[in-house]
Amino acid sequence: MAVTGHVFLLLTEEILLIPMIQFNDVVKVYPGASQPSVDRLTMSVPEGETCVVIGPSGCGKTTTMKMVNRLITPTSGEIFVGGHNILKQDQVELRRGIGYVIQQIGLFPHFTIRDNIAVVPKLLGWSKARIDRRADELLDLVGLNPAQFRSRYPQQLSGGQRQRVGVARALAADPPVMLMDEPFGAIDPITRDHLQNEFLRLQKQLKKTIMFVTHDIDEALKMGTLICILQVGGVLAQLDTPANILAQPADTFVADFVGADRGLKQLTLVRVGQVMQTTLLLGNVSDSGADLAAKMRSHKIDSLFITDDAGKLAGYVGLDEAQTHPGKPAKAMLRHLISTTEEEATMKDAFSTMLSYGIRYLPVVDPQRRLVGMVTVDDAQSLIAATQPAPAGG
Amino acid sequence: MEFINNLGEFLISLKDGLLYYLPGVGRPDRVLEFLWGHQLITFVALVFANAISLPLGVLITRVRILYDPVIKLTGMLYTVPSLAMFGLLIPLVGIGFTPSIIALTLYSLLAIVRNTAVGIDGVDSAIIEAARGMGMTRRSILLQVELPLALPVIFAGIRIAVVSTISLATLASYFGASSLGKLIFEGIAAGGGRNDKVAAGAIGAALLAILFDTAISKLERSLPGVTSKQVGG
Repeated sequence: MAVTGHVFLLLTEEILLIPMIQFNDVVKVYPGASQPSVDRLTMSVPEGETCVVIGPSGCGKTTTMKMVNRLITPTSGEIFVGGHNILKQDQVELRRGIGYVIQQIGLFPHFTIRDNIAVVPKLLGWSKARIDRRADELLDLVGLNPAQFRSRYPQQLSGGQRQRVGVARALAADPPVMLMDEPFGAIDPITRDHLQNEFLRLQKQLKKTIMFVTHDIDEALKMGTLICILQVGGVLAQLDTPANILAQPADTFVADFVGADRGLKQLTLVRVGQVMQTTLLLGNVSDSGADLAAKMRSHKIDSLFITDDAGKLAGYVGLDEAQTHPGKPAKAMLRHLISTTEEEATMKDAFSTMLSYGIRYLPVVDPQRRLVGMVTVDDAQSLIAATQPAPAGG
Repeated sequence: MEFINNLGEFLISLKDGLLYYLPGVGRPDRVLEFLWGHQLITFVALVFANAISLPLGVLITRVRILYDPVIKLTGMLYTVPSLAMFGLLIPLVGIGFTPSIIALTLYSLLAIVRNTAVGIDGVDSAIIEAARGMGMTRRSILLQVELPLALPVIFAGIRIAVVSTISLATLASYFGASSLGKLIFEGIAAGGGRNDKVAAGAIGAALLAILFDTAISKLERSLPGVTSKQVGG
């Protein structure tokens, strides 16, 4: 039933039903290989969707993606992008119209950040002034200060900053379609979570049609509006929404691939922003220890988030310290928070952060680090309890 | 003890070699003539060597089946003993400047061809894939990405070629070309009595090596390759 529901939704919301990316019976056999890498693949990605292609190694997920911009040529079958048969298009022209982000980022080390972003606009013959404007606009969009970063070289940036430039470069000519090959694969887990959240925020504004390859099922469930699971040999196992993949795996392969802890995986489908508590008890950096202690005692809690006058999260104060220093302002006894999360993060992200740091609650901040809410271990646990998969047939 | 004596004689020869450069005492006119000849042979041979090797190095990275034959052939040329090489060329092109240029060009091929190919192959494949994925043509990938990034390795090859060419150019005077080798051979022919000439020739070759290397560093810095700033230095 859920499958029909989804299709119905598409029919009513999308007036144009021409898919942005369409595979028709696509086969790829590498020279010398006895088995195809992609086998009679037929699938479509409607405009504005993020389709995550995932599967075990050898399932042809990267091959599938690279056929879209013809870095790999299909052996047979047809691929349409925006309604055009790509095999009948000039491949250089085709690629200039598709954003491409890869795991190793592939920035040109001898180009400045501005020149890296300028590659496709330059190929398209934009004026220098227009390229300069666009580069600054994109750096802003991905959260890098243009004045600070435009003239730097890639080696002078951290891994996370480089990946942001990689995304900015892919967006440079505003292509309707983006291909992302494990874009956050080479980045440390904390930065990765943050970049994923940032990209989800970005995609909400940009509404690109994205084909995203990963081997990480949690990332797939988090980033995808559609998930395409391939089996070894490039056979399509299931193409569906994350919720349906979890609730109704097409076969035992999908069920096994998604994993045994599907109850826990359900947490991936819930965003922090959907369940966070937004009415919080707060202290201000200038409140006195006595005031804070009184506040905590009256609400029977043992610590309090402290924000500054702009609403930015400054840290927290424990009941003991507040009682010991009744005359001091909060900012003199502030303790730093171990971790924070964002509205776009999944409850799975938040839950695993709380578990790994051994904390019971996690403040939720916006990109400007203003405190917007809080989630707790109890929130996560009650979600798991509510979504425990019913026995088969239920 | 004997070693100390020998070292003393060596230093005296070196001093006499330097005196050979002084007007009145030595023959600065001859030194200048041979420096000029030596420089000319080196420069012309390197121009030819680069003109052949750079395109050839690029070509063998595009047409893979040529890679091994070309590297093997240039390697074989490099192993031909220099006296034999000149000897073989004389029946074909006579003596003097021409066989010297041909021989020295052939000797330089290996270093430049191989370093050009190795430099291009060494460019991070992710960078090339990103370039292709963005719709750069093969030509612009070569000119804007591969060659600039391969430049340090290519220049290392050119530097090796420069040093070996300067050293081998001394032999050219044996076959009738004008080079610092003339002074060295005269010194040796005198049977140990004119070590000043041998030293003067060697000092001249060392001077040329420094001059060429400085010029090449200048050239390298003026090209749009990778600088220390870009690699985080």
